[in-house]
Amino acid sequence: MSIACEFDYAKAVSLKDALRLLARRVSGGAVPLAGGTDLVAWLRDGTAAPGRLVDIKGIKALCGIRLKAGQLWMGANTPFADIVESPLVRKHAPILVEAAGMAASVGVRNRATIAGNICSAVPCCDSGPALLVYGARIHVATSRGTKTIPAKRWFIGPRQTALPKGGIVTGISIPIAKHAGAFAKLKRYRGEDLAQASVAVRVDPSGNWQVAYGSVAPTPIRGPQVERVLKGVKKPDAALVKKAAALAETEVAPITDIRSSAVYRRMMVGVMLSRAIPLAVRRVSGRGPAYGINVLEEEAS
Amino acid sequence: MKDISICLNGEVRQIAVAPNETLLDVLRNRLGIKTPKEGCGRGDCGACTILLDGKAVRSCLILAIEVHGQSITTLEGVGANGLTALQKAFVKNNVFQCGFCASGVILAASALLAENPQPTESEVREALAGNLCRCTGYEPIVETVLAVAKQAARQPAASRRTRS
Repeated sequence: MSIACEFDYAKAVSLKDALRLLARRVSGGAVPLAGGTDLVAWLRDGTAAPGRLVDIKGIKALCGIRLKAGQLWMGANTPFADIVESPLVRKHAPILVEAAGMAASVGVRNRATIAGNICSAVPCCDSGPALLVYGARIHVATSRGTKTIPAKRWFIGPRQTALPKGGIVTGISIPIAKHAGAFAKLKRYRGEDLAQASVAVRVDPSGNWQVAYGSVAPTPIRGPQVERVLKGVKKPDAALVKKAAALAETEVAPITDIRSSAVYRRMMVGVMLSRAIPLAVRRVSGRGPAYGINVLEEEAS
Repeated sequence: MKDISICLNGEVRQIAVAPNETLLDVLRNRLGIKTPKEGCGRGDCGACTILLDGKAVRSCLILAIEVHGQSITTLEGVGANGLTALQKAFVKNNVFQCGFCASGVILAASALLAENPQPTESEVREALAGNLCRCTGYEPIVETVLAVAKQAARQPAASRRTRS
């Protein structure tokens, strides 16, 4: 048997229906099911053993990508593949396109959702750093109403989020503003792999920088020290980039695990940042390569 | 158990499934569809690749109960009317060795060519990055997909065949 635990399955037809199904008592608890690429893997290996799965894929209100009140809104059912292909996301949140294109493989991206990615909240979550530099907001519904949670307060620990019990992520929004940036991901090989470390960088035309890291702390984290040293500098020179890279190495807190040693992660964060900053500068002035490249490979060549 | 209805390789099939049965297990053990393989069982290797409403997905990470009303294509369906141009080229070039990855690779490559008939080499590599092969080193696979795309561009009829 592939999946040892037993559970009921219910397909929600509306958000209200889903919240009701999640609230109804069941031994083992009820969890939402979207793409299932993490959840079904966890059911298979016994990491998760819920009593009920509430499939939210049929809820139309949680589907689609659109502009809403000056924000780019992505429904919770949006798979990574749609993010990679969406002209709206490419225009308004290109760093997220670069990150989504590096997540897993095509076969997983066709199914895995970005909302599921942040609900799984593993430290190497590929969308985390991009959502942090964008100051994204996570839209959540519970039986008591709706609220939004800023990405910086979303990630609490490995596989722990600020999602209230019985709640559902309905979508993610990103404020629209002129900017450029880059996302770099270090992997053990060219094909699909979880990140050994990742760096997202965002800069606006006034030289305000946002920096975030993945896989180098219990959650994706912002890089406040690097942001401070770059603040207001539209085109950091080589010396400042070097200084920022050195600071990056000190503001991350990686561990050694099967994918990498802590010291390698620390050093590569500096390397990736020193590639991503000049790339973001080129892009903000309209030059530089289109988004969706492998920053570490392209910029080295 | 719950009855689900799927369109499997063009044929409507109904079957009662338990919530904890994966699509891969139902296909292999109950519907006689043996080309999707269980490799890693966690979405990494791509051996269980099928097309769900035309998109390459991992059948090991999908519950059968989720796909009620959807259309599934496996390698059995791709080759139902004779080998496609892509399959013929794979045979001709002796691309595979053990063949365990072959059904996943063929489906992933077919989905790519259907969406993007003239892919670049990096697009081919990206589309197949989630289909692990331990025999070939990937070079003959990538070269053959590119050659078939190039040939299809010269022969529009052949291109339609590849996309089926």
